[in-house]
Amino acid sequence: MYIIQQLINVLQLGSVYALIALGYTMVYGIIRLINFAHGDLFMVGAFISFIVATYLKLPFIPTLLISMTAVAMLGVNIERLAYRPLRQAPRMSAVITALGVGLFLENLILVFYPYPQSVPILLPTIVWNLGGISISFLQVLIIGLSLFLMLILDLIVRHTMVGMAMRAISSNKTIVPLMGVSVDKIISITFALGTGLAAVAGVMYSQAFPVIDPYIGILIGWQAFICAVVGGIGNIRGAMLGGFILAAVQIMVVAFLPSTYRDFVTFTLLLVILSFRPYGILGKPSMEKV
Amino acid sequence: MKITKVKTEEKSNARGVAWYLRDRWEAIANNRLMLPILLMVGFVLSFAIPQFNLVNPYVQIIIMYIGINIILTTSLNIVNGYMGEFSIGHAGFMAVGAYVSSLLTLYVFPRSLVFLFFPLGIIAGGVVAALVSLIVAIPSFKTRGDYLAIITLAFLFIVKSVLENISAIGGPRGIVGIDKLTTMPWVFFFTVLSLWVIRNFIHSNYGRGVLSIREDEVASRLMSVNTRQVKFLAFAVSSFFAGVAGALFAHLLQFISPRVFDVLKSTDILIMVYLGGIGSIAGSILGATIYTVLLEVLRPLGMFRMVLMPLLLVFLMLYRPRGIMGLRELRWFVPIQDLKFVKRWRRKKVSTDGNSAS
Amino acid sequence: MAILQAKNVTHYFGGLCAVSDFNLSLEKGELVGIIGPNGAGKTTIFNLITGVYRASQGTIKFNDVELVGKGPNQITALGVARTFQNIRLFKDLTVLDNVRIACYSRAGYGPWEALFHIGRYSREEERIANLAMDLLAMFNLDGVAEEISKNLPYGLQRRLEIARAIATSPKLLLLDEPAAGMDPAEIDQLMEFIRWIREKFDLTIILVEHQMRLVMKICERLQVLDFGVTLAEGLPVQIQNNPKVLEAYLGKGSQE
Repeated sequence: MYIIQQLINVLQLGSVYALIALGYTMVYGIIRLINFAHGDLFMVGAFISFIVATYLKLPFIPTLLISMTAVAMLGVNIERLAYRPLRQAPRMSAVITALGVGLFLENLILVFYPYPQSVPILLPTIVWNLGGISISFLQVLIIGLSLFLMLILDLIVRHTMVGMAMRAISSNKTIVPLMGVSVDKIISITFALGTGLAAVAGVMYSQAFPVIDPYIGILIGWQAFICAVVGGIGNIRGAMLGGFILAAVQIMVVAFLPSTYRDFVTFTLLLVILSFRPYGILGKPSMEKV
Repeated sequence: MKITKVKTEEKSNARGVAWYLRDRWEAIANNRLMLPILLMVGFVLSFAIPQFNLVNPYVQIIIMYIGINIILTTSLNIVNGYMGEFSIGHAGFMAVGAYVSSLLTLYVFPRSLVFLFFPLGIIAGGVVAALVSLIVAIPSFKTRGDYLAIITLAFLFIVKSVLENISAIGGPRGIVGIDKLTTMPWVFFFTVLSLWVIRNFIHSNYGRGVLSIREDEVASRLMSVNTRQVKFLAFAVSSFFAGVAGALFAHLLQFISPRVFDVLKSTDILIMVYLGGIGSIAGSILGATIYTVLLEVLRPLGMFRMVLMPLLLVFLMLYRPRGIMGLRELRWFVPIQDLKFVKRWRRKKVSTDGNSAS
Repeated sequence: MAILQAKNVTHYFGGLCAVSDFNLSLEKGELVGIIGPNGAGKTTIFNLITGVYRASQGTIKFNDVELVGKGPNQITALGVARTFQNIRLFKDLTVLDNVRIACYSRAGYGPWEALFHIGRYSREEERIANLAMDLLAMFNLDGVAEEISKNLPYGLQRRLEIARAIATSPKLLLLDEPAAGMDPAEIDQLMEFIRWIREKFDLTIILVEHQMRLVMKICERLQVLDFGVTLAEGLPVQIQNNPKVLEAYLGKGSQE
């Protein structure tokens, strides 16, 4: 019983990780950039939902949609202004820029909200009790919504022209423009999708943990990044897998060991996995031609 | 007619000033006597400033932080700049140095003579940090790029987590009441020492090996470079000095905890490296100084300071992706042997050709 | 005594067989060519000999020392050097540094001496630098010693690549398409150049090339590959008329 309860927690946390990890992995797959500002976009999503819910007093669905749209637009513009000019520059410059953008976002929000804020609960607080296991409406929504979105993303990537273009750019960037596809547009769409998902994660997170501050993006961001890597960075299914694996490890550790061991076990496990599968579980090494 | 004449005159005046300044700078940069002179001046000042309070104590502390940051930046530059990797774990090595040295000065060294044993503690911190760097060096033999970045990140979190879980060394609350043993002369001494040793390392066979790994690791191995040895050395030297900086830091702040050495700290150091220039010791000095000073100078802006700084950083990256100095090095830091060698060789060749001709 | 003995060398990339049952016996001082259409596995063979890949099956012996399983820097230290199809110079480094790096394994001082510039450091650095400059002078590159190598014209870059390989003091030199991008006049110069380095540095050379003009004129023996399989071996005249070879090259405009 206890195990099943924890399993539900794993699904909940894993969904949040997976949504964020997907954004990392999609962007990395397409422009080989680790977008360190991604975790902060998750945080911005949470804050936007806070602002909309508190000042505009809107219900859940409009809040979610506004947050997704706003963050997606923000993500696309960040790419256009800060990352696109650096596509030919050494890769590390783009990474440092991403770090800078992330810091900028954190501290901007900090200026306006130096203290943690309470997010209004927009969802019914129903809890169901099925034979000793309690599961809340929120949990069902998080898990359900995330799986739904991941499914849609998977469909987009595998069965649409846009998705095909994304995968093509992933493997060979130079050829794609020659086939009449605007690389810039596809990259923008990728960012929009990835950051939109992060916003959803942010909104759901803030409903589950209604006290938020500008630093929530950092830790979750890095952890979601680990998920993407464990699954094989650039691989969409890997990101989903990684999200649930990390959540499982973290929750199981906290359930059975002193909670302070959590990070230690998590990261040691990461190192172990990487030493056996250096490119992640579903990842493939990019073959270097000699 | 008259107007254009004035314009060209104005222009040549402005050009004249620029040329004049550049001439003066060239004269300074070329005069190798400047470096020893600066060192002497620095040495004297490092004693005089605290002794006579030539600047107020707050500024003195800032100066010491600049020194510590210079050590951190230059040491990270070996791995991130010269070797072209992306290590996010530098704060972890700093933590090791900080903790080891603090534990030594608090519990191991004889209390009355602790100020004598201080340098020993610093070196010990560096040595342990260098040993710990194996955890990161060994994976680096097989992995590169983003995956190595992950490994260094994991290392950082593991160090932090281990420190948090050992209550004997303070656990999450850390260690308080560390003696304030870090003085300006010590900072000066260790900063100069680090710069000298790192500069030696870079301008040596192994330093060239480091550069070749950055340029093309496969070609490098095929040109007889033992990349394992080089990576091992690069990480060892880099983390040694991170440990040294950590030790100095601990005995200045007088308080350390796992939270101090987190990703944010590593990020700070990363920014200083890329700000100054990824293949240049002078760049590291510049980056560390500018970043530290800017943070202080902008303090009146309050929270806006941390909004402005990253924005400046982003702008810098957009216009100078390789940092202020990029890959260029200041001539003072190049061994004179290196600098003059080709000229000497050519002169020798001319004379031997002349001899064989006659 | 054979300087190089490759026997039954086979290599797979995943499920794809890149090289199948490759055999080569090389005497000291020979100049042998490996030819074949694109993708035939020629560069793979170089990679196998130099240790970039570990051969799935077979043995490669250099002066009776087994190479399979050794790392590239070990193999280079034993005396096998190579150049690359697309030039792989250390682009942001100077010409002089490119050559000095090739002397890495023979620098006579250790890490501690490097860290403090003591002991044998000065003497050895001087020796290496002199060695490098003298070598560059032999290749007429001493004039550009302090240039950043990516700024050199293409022809000089190719020359530098060969100079760098020779700086590792090899006994066996593997040249991967050295004539790529050259016109007939340049190819003639290259031919003389290869003959010159063979004599001057007492080398055994394996050449991988597409340009038949060069191959026919300079190689003593040829081996033809296609899809990893050895089609034919023998003297250039024999290969020229071999029907299997002609078939493999059909439509590729190789006869110049």
